[in-house]
Amino acid sequence: MHQIESSIVTALPIKYAGTTAMHEYSIVGALIAQCEQHALENKAYSIARVVIKIGVMSGVEPELLKTAFETFKLDGICNNAELEMQIQPLVIHCSDCDALTQLEERNLICPECKSFNTRLTEGEEMLLMQLELETE
Amino acid sequence: MCKDCGCSLTRPSHDEHSHNHDHHTHGDLHSNPQLNDKKTLAVIHKILDKNDIEAAHNREHFAANGVTAFNLMSSPGSGKTSLLEHLHEYTELKYAVIEGDLETSRDADRLKAKGIDAYQIQTGSACHLDAFMVHGALHHVELKDLDICFVENVGNLVCPASYDVGAHLNVVMISVPEGDDKVEKYPVMFRRADLVLITKCDLLPHFDFSVAEIRAQVNKLNPNVEVLEVSIKDGESMTQLAHWFNTHLKGA
Repeated sequence: MHQIESSIVTALPIKYAGTTAMHEYSIVGALIAQCEQHALENKAYSIARVVIKIGVMSGVEPELLKTAFETFKLDGICNNAELEMQIQPLVIHCSDCDALTQLEERNLICPECKSFNTRLTEGEEMLLMQLELETE
Repeated sequence: MCKDCGCSLTRPSHDEHSHNHDHHTHGDLHSNPQLNDKKTLAVIHKILDKNDIEAAHNREHFAANGVTAFNLMSSPGSGKTSLLEHLHEYTELKYAVIEGDLETSRDADRLKAKGIDAYQIQTGSACHLDAFMVHGALHHVELKDLDICFVENVGNLVCPASYDVGAHLNVVMISVPEGDDKVEKYPVMFRRADLVLITKCDLLPHFDFSVAEIRAQVNKLNPNVEVLEVSIKDGESMTQLAHWFNTHLKGA
């Protein structure tokens, strides 16, 4: 187990080998497992494209995720898959003025009425959206 | 049926056809409309779905025993273990601690020395705890006599934020020596907090640390979260913290 993990780390550029990169590896592991499951259920022999949606506040660094995907995909059914990432900005709904606003900054105060009474509706998600499967 | 690769093709019988599995080519590939069909599948599935299901399962364990679980997250050295070592002096609540560190069982040993039940998870090279690791630990902690189970996450303001470990509430700590810019630098973590603790507040006179700045930044990201100032050397602040835990129990 340790052996496998350390060999993966050394296969990546050294700047990605720090601990902060590691949770992207775990996330990619979960993503690939999900892709394999869908491929199996749909009798696909290959996956051509994987589309994911990553919120800007999901806690995932898209570049690291991409690097991890390109490394991990080689051993399985995703080995030819292209990863498409849709980056989802923050969207808040204001409970006071009912405005739905897409935010440029990480400031959840309603830009319309300055209320703190807001709810984040998008921007924290980490979703598998679409797969392009090659079936026989 | 091609017996080698399992596809539903009838294999052409001429000799020159070499069945090359590495490239997966068949002589009559173009003639079969069923072949090489690209199928787009709309999924919309949480990537950490399995972890989330396990986290919900952990919460069932806690609920079955009337235990409230708090996930403690902060940088290394901001005082998570020290806080838990001292909290028992200020509360009647019974608690145990699940400890996450890359190496050593030092934190669990420190807590046990104070009479607090603790179980150490050694994550090896993993930078966060996930719901599966916590589930493994749950079977080593006697939950039934407890009010609270703390999950002391790996010291890290980045990775643990992405994983639900099955706790009910998240407590994020920032110590005075770390500086008052950390909320802005690690927004995802502070966004996840249900309580923000500013620890080592006895050091405030010695550092250019603005509590008001932390509060302002937290307010922008997470408008409804409470911010408490604590120091293990200030009994009053510890009593206030114990009171917060007491008022945030999920109820048996």
